Formats: sequence, structure tokens, C-alpha cells
Amino acid sequence: MTETLKSAGEPPKGRLTTFLKLLWADKFAFFAAVFLLIVVLCAVFGPLLLETLATKQNLRGRNAAPFDLEAGWAMILGADALGRPLLPRIVVAAQNTIFVAAGAVFFSMLIGTALGLIAGYSRGRAAQMIPRLGDVIMSFPSLLLAVIVLYILEPSVVNIVIVLAITRIPIYLRTARAEVLEVRERMFVQAAKVMGASDRRIVFRHILPVVLPTLLTIATLDFAFVMLAESSLSFLGIGIQAPDITWGLMVSQGRPYLTNAWWLSFWPGLAIILTTLSLNLLSNWMRIALDPTQRWRLEMGGRKNG
Amino acid sequence: MKQFIGKRAIASAVSLVGLVILVFFLSRLTGDPTDLYLPIDASQEMRDQFRELNGFNDPLIVQFGRYVADLARLDFGQSIREARPAIDVVLQGFSWTLSLAAITMTLVTIAAIVIGSLAAFNVGGVFDRITTFFSLIGASAPDFWIAIVAIVIFAVNLHWLPTSGTGTPWHWVLPVAVLFIRPFGLILQVVRGSMITALSSPYVKTAKAKGVRSRPIIFVHGLRNGMLPVITVIGDQAAGILNGAVVVETIFGFPGIGKLMIDSILQRDFAVVLAAIMVSALAIFIMNLLIDLAYALLDPRIRY
Amino acid sequence: MADHLLEVRDLSVEFHTAAGTVKAVQGVTWHLDRGETLAILGESGSGKSVSASAVMNLIDMPPGKITSGQILLDGKDMLKMTAEQRRQINGKRIAMIFQDPLAHLNPVYTVGWQIAEIMTTHGTAKAEAQSRALALLKRVGLPEPEVAMGKYPHQFSGGQRQRLMIAMAMACKPDILIADEPTTALDVTVQAQILALMEELQHETGMGLLLITHDLGVVAEIADRVVVMNGGRIVEEGGAAEVYRNPKHPYTKKLIDAAPGKGAMPEERDRSAQPLLQVENLQLSYGAFKALKGASFNIMPGETVAVVGESGSGKSTLARAILRLEEPDGGRALYNGKDLVTMGARELYGLRRDIQMVFQDPTQSLNPRMTVFQLISEAWVIHPDILPRAQWKERVGELLVKVGLSREMAQRYPHQFSGGQRQRIAIARALAMEPKLIICDEAVSALDVSIQAQVIALLEGLRREFDLSYLFIAHDLPVVKDFADRVIVMKSGQIVEEGPVRQVFENPAQPYTRALLAASLDPDPEVQARRRAERKEALPA
Repeated sequence: MTETLKSAGEPPKGRLTTFLKLLWADKFAFFAAVFLLIVVLCAVFGPLLLETLATKQNLRGRNAAPFDLEAGWAMILGADALGRPLLPRIVVAAQNTIFVAAGAVFFSMLIGTALGLIAGYSRGRAAQMIPRLGDVIMSFPSLLLAVIVLYILEPSVVNIVIVLAITRIPIYLRTARAEVLEVRERMFVQAAKVMGASDRRIVFRHILPVVLPTLLTIATLDFAFVMLAESSLSFLGIGIQAPDITWGLMVSQGRPYLTNAWWLSFWPGLAIILTTLSLNLLSNWMRIALDPTQRWRLEMGGRKNG
Repeated sequence: MKQFIGKRAIASAVSLVGLVILVFFLSRLTGDPTDLYLPIDASQEMRDQFRELNGFNDPLIVQFGRYVADLARLDFGQSIREARPAIDVVLQGFSWTLSLAAITMTLVTIAAIVIGSLAAFNVGGVFDRITTFFSLIGASAPDFWIAIVAIVIFAVNLHWLPTSGTGTPWHWVLPVAVLFIRPFGLILQVVRGSMITALSSPYVKTAKAKGVRSRPIIFVHGLRNGMLPVITVIGDQAAGILNGAVVVETIFGFPGIGKLMIDSILQRDFAVVLAAIMVSALAIFIMNLLIDLAYALLDPRIRY
Repeated sequence: MADHLLEVRDLSVEFHTAAGTVKAVQGVTWHLDRGETLAILGESGSGKSVSASAVMNLIDMPPGKITSGQILLDGKDMLKMTAEQRRQINGKRIAMIFQDPLAHLNPVYTVGWQIAEIMTTHGTAKAEAQSRALALLKRVGLPEPEVAMGKYPHQFSGGQRQRLMIAMAMACKPDILIADEPTTALDVTVQAQILALMEELQHETGMGLLLITHDLGVVAEIADRVVVMNGGRIVEEGGAAEVYRNPKHPYTKKLIDAAPGKGAMPEERDRSAQPLLQVENLQLSYGAFKALKGASFNIMPGETVAVVGESGSGKSTLARAILRLEEPDGGRALYNGKDLVTMGARELYGLRRDIQMVFQDPTQSLNPRMTVFQLISEAWVIHPDILPRAQWKERVGELLVKVGLSREMAQRYPHQFSGGQRQRIAIARALAMEPKLIICDEAVSALDVSIQAQVIALLEGLRREFDLSYLFIAHDLPVVKDFADRVIVMKSGQIVEEGPVRQVFENPAQPYTRALLAASLDPDPEVQARRRAERKEALPA
């Protein structure tokens, strides 16, 4: 009761509380965010805490079945072909999986957005050349490119990040450019020009804040895509190499034992699905929450966010 | 229109040339294929002969010049692995992938459009929420994982379907089903979104005021407008499969162009890699033209 | 009680929205008979369109809900009918046309198909529907009707599209035509033609015409009776002339008082001093299209110069060229003797302070992601020498009060304001630069009449207080009549007439100016009746 009175009477305190409220309004997105937070925590602290446990071989526990409570919590999801417990392994593998995707998304977004802003705002030759660059990258069979590059350079985390980042640049480039071309003609940009605002101010103060939510929404979605791509590469044996682990590699390692120990591939695969699903749900939520004119749909708390 | 096609062809050709140059030199950097093809105890003489035969002794630039000269005569070189013209190997693989892509995308398009339109007609309804949830899961699932889980369930345990290979129509079921899931989830989302926009547009209000029935409102007034953004996504997804459904082809032992490309790179069968790139680039160019054409057919405001 | 053709009784509709339940209309009762024209007059948010949407079954439920009332067509309650019965009435017995015909015509089908569709839907054979569609296109006066049949909506002009909508609506010879703001987006001369067409068709068929409008002039021109709505309720109804002469409700009085063009025209000023802005032969082309074919005029300090013209006349281009938002191809624009056209970026930056602009649509001219404080103080971020940072908060508060808002609003975002309030914010932003000249590009066109009057009063007050000059661009002649000192009339990129406001309005020299004046509608039904009679006499019998 007091809660509702407060929220009605006072202006919102900070951005953070407002956003938490908006997040709570969409239960799917809320649980997705909680799940992603857990995944990120695993990625950051998992290897520190569980590295030894995850790499300890135990020949008696080879392909141990899941849900065996007597074997201890670490074995709850079973163990792999060398008797290493799966749950700690999944937690540890989160680091490579998340960091590769995060790195690729971060760099592709940074570079793609910068190029897109230039291509959209400047009227010079760059405006013509940059979109062509995007087309060229887009016309590459990206997986093939990855295979060739990783075959020549060694398939380290850094190289995989670079390859994936390059293939995703056009997504941000095209979106940023298209949005800038539209926003540039809006009246409030014209108004800023009439006031004598510099190009830098117009781009960073007026255009970028309008474009950024769209890019962030795409980045969230793309995070899922990049994660799947990395998993595919690792699964095919040209991504991360053992003894490093990622979820995709774990699925691949469990493949020979599919018929008698399905859990080896199942759990890491499930981790991938739940993470990408959470990213998708969060991206859907962001599309609404980051748009001041759409936000009321969440503030209503109703179910009509169509 | 002709001018438009010409412009597009030039742009595609330019990027293809760049791609071929890049791949030619990069792939040579992966090493000498000699060791892969000759037995371990092969004599130095045999090795030299093999190198001489395949022209690996010349400087790279000479090799490239020779390759371009051959290309001009539509000679794509020999496949070392299969000892026959690379283009034959590639076209064979491509025909498999093309069939796979055509079947999958036809099913995806029909299913996504019908289900997405119906979901959009009653936004927030039970049907809409169920389809949205499942399409999101579909769009989130890694295809290699779905593939191996499907093999365990349908091939290994139930014995309903073969695990891999080709031969009978049954061999196609699992690859098509696995390839279906992600594009279906993605396209369904787009159809739903764009149909919601179309169905809440003023011209649909006019149609209601004219007394038009519900079904023509959805499928005549709404759909043709709502299809426009969908076509682009369909094109992107189809291009993805044409570029090689590498994972699915590998898991199911399906002799398509994706598997071929990966195998050829690992085996350093350079002529096949390059021919495969050119063939799939041409296929994607044609498909993009078809997409643009479909755009122009659906929307009279677009003129090229 | 005798049955009316269409009768709405005690209708209440509510919508469930973010802010809670909104009662869109409450207890609305009106009726329409054969051959008569009823106007529902109201401003935005008055609920004037809601009852018509209820008649057409166009209210989305949810979020909408009809909570009480009846809608009687020939005495039968439509709200009790099935959806299929309602569908059969739509288009056949009751037809509707809308404000924005481009959006309301399906962009991907030919207009011939769309007109034939309404007939095939209601059971006409395809071939007959085609030939009737052709006849209808001829009737509504489209050039080359055979060719028009196969064209798409985007290939027509705004006025032609509204003719297409009318042809479509008339296809099944309906008993009732509902027109929702049918001429709002059109130029005045086109508006006059469309209203005349609707009137002719009404005489031919004897249908009842329900006209929804915000424009007193349209009511005066065409309506027999009028229903005035405010806040979801009917505040007054009666004969159109009677309501105008003797408004009883205070809201109606306010509305009639706010109608522009009734005040005294200002006297001519002394123009011997050095002009503030001297425009000489200013030209601008977009590719091969000459948008501005050489415009010359002066603005004196403290003077308001209005530029009037229809869409495509080049009046907005003129403003954009002076502000260098577009680069002019030739000519000069001397501000205090310095040429704006050839000025370098640095010098221009300094002059930006002096010349500001207020745009047509405040929804779009205010950055949606900035607070009011950020919007107004941006002027001082860009020009730091105007005001030290310590005083920003105080000054923003002062400016908000000056434009009729309150200090506390500084932390809100633009979408939390009404249209009129947003335009006040935009004006406050312009004032923050302490300009000498403000260019208003259709600054009041998007606003309701009563708000329009307030904003113009505000501009007038500010002019006196700060000795501002205005270049006031408008498509509506009455708006500038009691506000501007001088009027410039533009057509196809050229100035066709220029002079003191009294001279232009009372003794227009050019036929085009006369046509514009004749087509613009007076809110007084008697004046319009007289003009209609004159027009009829002018036509050869």
C-alpha cells in the first residue's frame, strides 16, 4: 500500500530503480535477466572457484549418470568420459563461452556503430564507400571465412573473437546508418542546427542517444547469435581447442557417447539454449523499455505488450 | 530494371573478385597439401613430382596468374582429392544443398506466414502467446544440439529414421526438420510483428468500414503489405543455408556444399574451395535478385 | 417518437489505458436524418470521432468498451446485431471517409480494384463492379478515369485521393456518409472543391451526411445542424447558424472567440529605417526542381511578416534557405547588412543566436530523450557566453513561466506534455538564445483552435516585450490576419503578392490571392452562405 502511494506521489528516484521496476513488470524478461546475471557470475568467478574440481579426473566416475545424490553436489548432472563432474565443468566453460561472445559483440558494435555513424552523417565519399564495405563482408560465407582464418592462425580465443567480430560488423553498420539517415532529418536535429550546434554535438548528443537503444537491442540478440556461431565452430573442432572448454566443445565431446550417456551433450546444450533464450527475451523487453514512447506498455503492467 | 541488375552484378562481381583473391592467398598459407596426399614414406622424388604436377613450385603470384587464365576459359581447376574437375565436384554438392534449401525454405515460409498471421490477428491471445514462446525457443536453439538430440531420439532409440547419409526420402526428414527450426522461429517473429503493424494500419480500418470480411482483411489487405519486411529475412535465411548448412550437413553426412567446403579446406583442395565460393556467390546473387523482384511485384511504390 | 435514419442514444465508451480508464464519450445522444448534414465539432481529445467509430464498429475491444447506449439505424439497435450483420451494413448502408486518404488507401492495390472491392464484397458481380467503379471515378471528377483505374494511391495528389475515397464510399449508394475530418490535410482551394463535391453528391442521392471536424469554417460552409463536443460530452447543439450567433455554453463561446481572423488588423508601420533582414532574389533548387525561384523582401526590426501559400509553394524552403538548413543557389539574405548566404561557418555560428526557429510539430522538434531543462539550456551549452552555468536553473524557470508553464516542469520529458505545451517549450528554447528574429514555420498549424489563439497571443506578447521580429509561415490566411504586419503570398516558388496586411486582405491585387481568400472559410455560417450564393451566380447557368 505504502509502496503504491510513494510511486504515485514522487518522481522516480533514479534510473536504476525505474528500470528494475520496468523489468519486474515483464516476468519473462525478469527471470531471463536473473538467469543471465547468474551466467555472468559463473563466467567471472567460476574458473577461480571450481577450476580444480572441474578438471579432476576420476576414472571410477566415468560417464556417471546424473541425479545421483550420493555422489555429491558436483556430480548432480553426471560426469564426463574422464569422470570429470559436469556441473562444475559447465560453470567453468561459461567463461570462454561468454567472453568470446561478449568480446565479439563489443568490438563489432563499436566498430560497426562508428562506421555507421560516419556513413550516415557525413555527406562525403566515406558515406558511399563504407556501406560497400559492409556489403562485401556480408557476401562472405562467414563460417567459411572463420574456418580459413582459424586454420591459418591458431584457433585461440583472441582469434575467434576477431573473426566473429568482423563478420558481425555489417549488422551494426547497416542499422546505425539507416537510423542515422532517418534521425538526421528529424526536426529536433534541425532545431539543434539552427541553434548552431557543432556536428560532434549533433551526432553524440542528439543522434546517438536515439540510435543507441536500437543498437543495444540488436546487440543483445546478436550476442545469442554469436554464441551459437562460436558453439558451432567449437563443435566442428575449429573453434576453441581442448583443454580449454566451451559449451559447444562440451556438446561435441559428448557426441561419441550419445547412445549410452546422453547427458554429456544434453546439459551444455541446454545451457546454450537457456542463455540464448534469455537474451532473446531480454532483447524483446529492451525494445519496449528503452523507448520512452513505448514504455507505458510495461508501466501498465498489463499483458498487452504486443 | 536492366540498369539495376547491371549495377548489382558489377557490385557483386567486385566483391567476388576480392573474395577469390583473399581466399586464394589465404588458403595457400594453410600449408602444402603434398604431405596430406602422399604416403608418409613417399620419396622426395615423388613429392617433387606431385608438387610440379600441381604447380605448387611456382611463386604464388604465378600460380594465381595461371589460375585466372584458366578461369577465363571456364576451367576451375582439378580437385586433388577426387581427381576430377573441381567444378563438377562443386556442382554435385551444390545440387544437394539447393534441394535442401528449397524444401526447407518452402516449408518455413508457408508455416511461418500462416501461423504468424493468425497470431497477429489476435495479439495477446492464447495462440499468439504459445507460438511466440515456441518461436523464441526455436530461434534460440543451437542446430548441432537439436541435430544430435534428434538422432538419439528418432534414429537410435525409436529407429524411425536413418541416422545419416542419403538415399531414401526418409534420409531427408531429419536434416530438413533441424534446418527448419531456427529460420522458422526468426521468420515467425518477423511475420507476427509486421502483420501486427499492417493490421492496425489505417487502410485496414478502411477495409473494415467497407464491410470486407475478416479473412480477406488478413490475407488480402494485411498480408501483402506485411510480407514486405518478411521477404528480406526469408532471403537472408535462405542465403544462410545456401552458403552451406555446414553443421547439419556434417552431422547427417549430407554431401552438400557446406560439408564439401569444410572438407576441402581441411584437405587443402584449393580448386574446390574457390569453385565452391564462386558457385554459392552466384547463387546468392541470383536469389537476391529474385528477392528484389518479389519486392517490386508486391509493392507498386518500388521501381528499380 | 418518430424514427430517425440514424440515432445514437446515451452512448458511453471507455478505453483502458496506461493512465487508467479514460471515458472517451459519456451519454452522447444525436441523430441524423435523410438529406441533412450534421457536424460534430470538437478539438482533439473531445471524443468527436468516437461515436462515429462506434457506428462503424471500428472501436477495438479491448481496450475500448461500450458501457451504455444504443445506436439505432432505422429504429433497430446496431449494438445488438451480430458482427456479420454489422459488416453487411458497413459500406453498403453507411460509408465512411477519413482525414488522411493516403494512409487509408491500401498502397499495394490499384484504386480501381479497391473501389470495385466494396461492391463485390456486398454482392455485385465483378464485371459490373468494374464498370461502376469507372463511372464513379468519372463522377468525382478525376482526370483520365480509364487510366486512373489501374493506378496506385501514391500516384495521385492529396485532393485526388480524397476524391477516390469519396468514390469508394459512394459505390454502394449508402444512406449515410460519415466524413471524419475529410479536408483537414488539404489546401484551402482543394478543401472548397471537396466540400462542394460532397454537397453535390448529397443532393443527388439524398443521403445523410455526418461530418466530424474541428473547423468552424467547415461547419459554416456545409452543416445544417451542429453538435459541439468537449471532454467526451455534448455541450451544445442546434442549427449551425443559430449556434454561431447565440452560443449558450461557455466552451462554445470560447471556441468561436478563438476562431482566427476576427481581430483588428494592425496599422502599417514606418519602414524607412534599416531593415533587419533584407532578402534579395533568393533561389534554391532540388536537382532540376526549382523550389524557390528568386524571392525578395525585407523585415524591419519588431515587424511580423507572414508568408502564406499552399503546399509546394516554396514557403518552407524560403525559411530553410534563410537559416542555411539548405544551401541556396543564388541571391542574398542580408542580416544587419551581412550576407547569410555566403557567410562562413564561424560567423554563422555567431549569428545563430540572433535568428531562431519554431517548427510546425513540437512533438518532432523536441528531442524525446532530453528533459525540458536540457532542451532549453542546450542554447547555453552551445553558446556559453550567453549565461554562466550557475544561473541556468533560475533562467530556465523564468523562461518556463514566461511562456505560461511552471518551473516544476523542467525535469519532465516532452511526451508528458500536450501539443500546445510542447510548442510553448519550443518557444522558450528559442527565447533562451535571446534572438532578434524568430522564424515560425507553420508554428500553430498543428494546434487546436483555442490553443492556436493562446500561442499566437503569447508570440504577440513576446514581440512587444523583447522587440522581436517574426517571419511567420502559414497556409491559413485568417491566422495571419490579426497578427501580421505584412503578408507575402507565394505560389510555385515565387512571391505573387506582397503588402501591408490590410491591403492584401481588403484589396488583393492578384487573382491568386483573391482565390485563396475566397476559398478560405469564414466561421460565420451567414458569411459562408452569402459567399456560396455569390459563387453560384458567378457560374454560368
